[in-house]
Amino acid sequence: MLIARNLTKEYQSGDHTIAVLRDVSFEIPQGEFVAIVGPSGSGKTTLLGLLAGLDAPTRGTVELDGRPFSTLDEDARARVRGEKVGFVFQSFQLVPTLTALENVQVPLELRGEPGAPARARELLQRVGLGDRMHHVPAQLSGGEQQRVALARAFVNRPRILFADEPTGNLDSDNGARIVELIESLNRESGSTVVLVTHDLGLAARTQRVIRLSDGVVVSDGRSGAADGARRQTADAASD
Amino acid sequence: MRAKAIFVLAWRESRTARRRLLLYMSSIFLGVAALVAIDSFAENVTSSVREQSRALLGGDLSIASRAPLPEPVRALLDTLAVRDSVQSADLTTFASMAVVPRTTLTRLAQVRAISPGYPFYGEITTQPQGRLASLQQGRNVIVDPSLLVSLDARVGDTLALGNARFVIAGTVENTPGETGITSAISPRVYMSDRWIPETGLLVFGSRAEYETLLKLPPMSASQQVRFLARYRPRLEPADAQPRIRMRTVAENEFNLTDAIDDLRRFLGIVGLVALLLGGLGVASGVHAFVMRKIDTVAILRCVGATSGQVLAIYVLQAAAMGLVGATAGAVLGVGIQLALPGVMSELLPVDVTVRVAPMPILLGLGVGLWVALVFALRPLVALRRISPLQALRRESDATVMRATRWALAPMLISLAIIASVVAIATSRADTLLEGVMFAAGVGAAVLVLWASAALLVSQARRVARPGWPFTLRQGIANLYRPGNQTRVVALALGFGVFLMSTLYQVQDNLLRTLTVRLEQSRANVVFFDVQADQRDGVDSLIRAGGHEVVQEAPIVPMRIASINGRTIPDLQNDSGPGRRAAWALRREYRSTYRSTTQPSETITKGRWFGAPDGDDVYEASFEQELAEELKVGIGDTVTWNVQGVPITTVITSLREVNWARFETNFFVVTEPAALERAPQQFVLLAHAPSPQAIALLQRSVVRIYPSVSSIDLTLVQQTVGNVLGKVVVAIRFLAVLSLALGIPVLFSAVSATRRDRVREGVLLKTLGATRHQVNRILLAEYALLGVLGSLTGVLLSIGAAWALSRFVFETRFVPALMPALLVSAGMTLLAIAIGALTGREVFRSTPMAALREV
Repeated sequence: MLIARNLTKEYQSGDHTIAVLRDVSFEIPQGEFVAIVGPSGSGKTTLLGLLAGLDAPTRGTVELDGRPFSTLDEDARARVRGEKVGFVFQSFQLVPTLTALENVQVPLELRGEPGAPARARELLQRVGLGDRMHHVPAQLSGGEQQRVALARAFVNRPRILFADEPTGNLDSDNGARIVELIESLNRESGSTVVLVTHDLGLAARTQRVIRLSDGVVVSDGRSGAADGARRQTADAASD
Repeated sequence: MRAKAIFVLAWRESRTARRRLLLYMSSIFLGVAALVAIDSFAENVTSSVREQSRALLGGDLSIASRAPLPEPVRALLDTLAVRDSVQSADLTTFASMAVVPRTTLTRLAQVRAISPGYPFYGEITTQPQGRLASLQQGRNVIVDPSLLVSLDARVGDTLALGNARFVIAGTVENTPGETGITSAISPRVYMSDRWIPETGLLVFGSRAEYETLLKLPPMSASQQVRFLARYRPRLEPADAQPRIRMRTVAENEFNLTDAIDDLRRFLGIVGLVALLLGGLGVASGVHAFVMRKIDTVAILRCVGATSGQVLAIYVLQAAAMGLVGATAGAVLGVGIQLALPGVMSELLPVDVTVRVAPMPILLGLGVGLWVALVFALRPLVALRRISPLQALRRESDATVMRATRWALAPMLISLAIIASVVAIATSRADTLLEGVMFAAGVGAAVLVLWASAALLVSQARRVARPGWPFTLRQGIANLYRPGNQTRVVALALGFGVFLMSTLYQVQDNLLRTLTVRLEQSRANVVFFDVQADQRDGVDSLIRAGGHEVVQEAPIVPMRIASINGRTIPDLQNDSGPGRRAAWALRREYRSTYRSTTQPSETITKGRWFGAPDGDDVYEASFEQELAEELKVGIGDTVTWNVQGVPITTVITSLREVNWARFETNFFVVTEPAALERAPQQFVLLAHAPSPQAIALLQRSVVRIYPSVSSIDLTLVQQTVGNVLGKVVVAIRFLAVLSLALGIPVLFSAVSATRRDRVREGVLLKTLGATRHQVNRILLAEYALLGVLGSLTGVLLSIGAAWALSRFVFETRFVPALMPALLVSAGMTLLAIAIGALTGREVFRSTPMAALREV
């Protein structure tokens, strides 16, 4: 369960205080697939950063599985991320000097978990990159890089996955493939998925859409379109 | 902490950066090499001195004096020989013209007349072997090979010394305890001391050195201490005139190693400078490295790495590369050390046994690694500030790295850097104060550079005029915009120029004083040991050849008997600040008398001699530094012992003497009436137009007056020139070395903000800027930075070199402006070149590629 309570984020700009987020509250049950949508500048990415513990809110709290995120210090938040959180970014964000396999292993190795190479191989095979494990990011296409990032995100069996415009830098074919992978990994692992996007087609495939405008939640709920889209994919999968 | 995982990750993550990191760490490479080479070499020389200490002295004890040993000492030696079987052997050293009748060539030589048994320890080796024994068998001499060359002679020729004739039986190969320079300036001739009277060379006023070596019978160390305690006061009587100096093996060893320590300290400072410059290179290089790692660190933080883990990864990488750099430096240092004895053998009094000494290597490695780490740590701690948020939304490098004010860790590291510099400097300097002063000087230079950069930043905003071309305004704006690199580059560049130029200025000045000494004289041949009855004869021989007598000075040997009525023993009992320097009280003064001053001296206090007033207190002029040592001034009375006759003088003037001029200069000059009638000899300086004329003149004088010595000054100049030539090569090498050190430092400094520059350039290009415009902007920025940094550095270096010359080396300082400007122009060009390289990169990347990163 991920709970946001009265999240407010303000920046100081000269004498002015600019509120990027104002009093944002919601609860996301375990296993739910949620999209956060809104126009450019509405505060989506800021909200994601707060939810994932990458940044601290000015006011308000974030709670993951009953533990408040916002009262922890930087390093404690890093440890929680290592244990419970996975990330997928618009620009892939792989460590350029490490191979695909090594990139996927990093979160497990940082925690000192045994069996990191086996688990990483398994996931790379799962995303269809069994034959590209020893390539460095520069030798992979955008779609392939994003699949490596997905494998890395799921390698520590995260309770929750945050995805920031995961298809934003990809063509539609590769984008679709990534979304399908996220969906199926979400189903298999029971992870919560929080997706930030301005692609309404993509949002329509989730179970719930939280809509932001000017830093405020303007709507939150399961849309008909979402249901329809979901049914469609399920049908396609069962075909 | 999962230590193994961190190691593995550090290793993997360094994959593409290893070469770059190694380049940064290579900055310390040369510094470590210098330290290891200098320390190892000094250690080898010191241990060689220790091993060969008895051979270096030649006996267990040495007693030396400017006169034959007084009768009581002789008598004691005879008693000791009979009663305690203490053996003794004598060495008498004096100068003489050596003439080979066959070739008619002459050269001033250093005659060493030895008695049987000399030396007791060590061996004077000869070519052919074993010819030293032949000296005691007949009228034979052994000479330095260089004498054979300059006299165009060979073994078997006859050699004339004064009135005696000898057969050259062989050449000297090696003499323990002497440097090759001795023989280069004045070649040695060994003969038996029983022929001294036959040569007729030791006459009144001749300068000779008398040394007696003692060999003690086998005895334990404590017995030796008792022996010394008992006989030293009688072998080295305190009231002996002239003074008798006794040295034991241990004292001789201490003197030699002490001199080597001084050399080591001086060279060590050069090594330290190289190491500091290296540290600066590491710091700015790692700073650039950190900038490139922002993205990776943000990702690592996102996937759960703590700031400690991130820091550990990069500190490990830096430490590993630092170790590689320091190790390579140590290896090079050992290599240099192996080569050094070959190069320096002529300058050293011992045969150096080269071996690899572990301590200097470990020390060099340790200091190098420490400097690399502590300087790398300063930029590395900034990695802890990188927020994982950067993976989500990348801000500019400058924003990411903006320092928190008064953060604890960087301040602690800065303190550690300062403490390290002070500690290393102190350990290498003579005194704690010197070390602290050195560190403070470096600190002050950094401060001034920093301040001048800050001034540039604040002024750049003001000076730019809207009417100026866009590219120039943009270039100037780069100097003060957020994320500017003005301070970093100005500091790195300025400090590099400062160190390089200071080294050059100081050395240039030291060399200049040496060359001035040889050039500023019109005379090119000197005749000395001219007796009063030979003076007119020599004078007319010179004039007969049509040559000019440049200067003629009488020389009267004398000693101080009392000052203001107090005798020498009385004065020596003084203590505290009023105590007069012992050497000045007891030395023999070779003084002159004349009624006018010389061009090489100026009166600084009092007035020159007036007309003689007929009383028996005469006027005297003292050299001002001597007066300081003796604590005397205008109006003080000094009574002299002139060959047994007391002569009283009153000081009426003090002179500053330019000792650097090759003229006959004197500590003490009296009015003529004081010394005219004293026993005296003369020095004549003459000028002859060509080397042939000089040789001819020397030959004609020595034929008629065999005891008169002469030196061809052009020859001395050549010999000294040869030695100086080697020194100059060494200095040039150091200068090039420090320049080579400066380049990676500058590269690292500029590349630190390269990424931001490229991004801005690409953005401008996207907006329609031409290649030409982007280049012009970069050119304006880097040229300004280069000029500011290097000019500040040069100005600072002139100040520092002045201070070093004035207070440490005590020479007059003349700034070498042209080389300084060349260095500064070179560094400016280098900065511009690096700017141009950045420009090329701007045009290599496509706008999309660069902008997508933002």
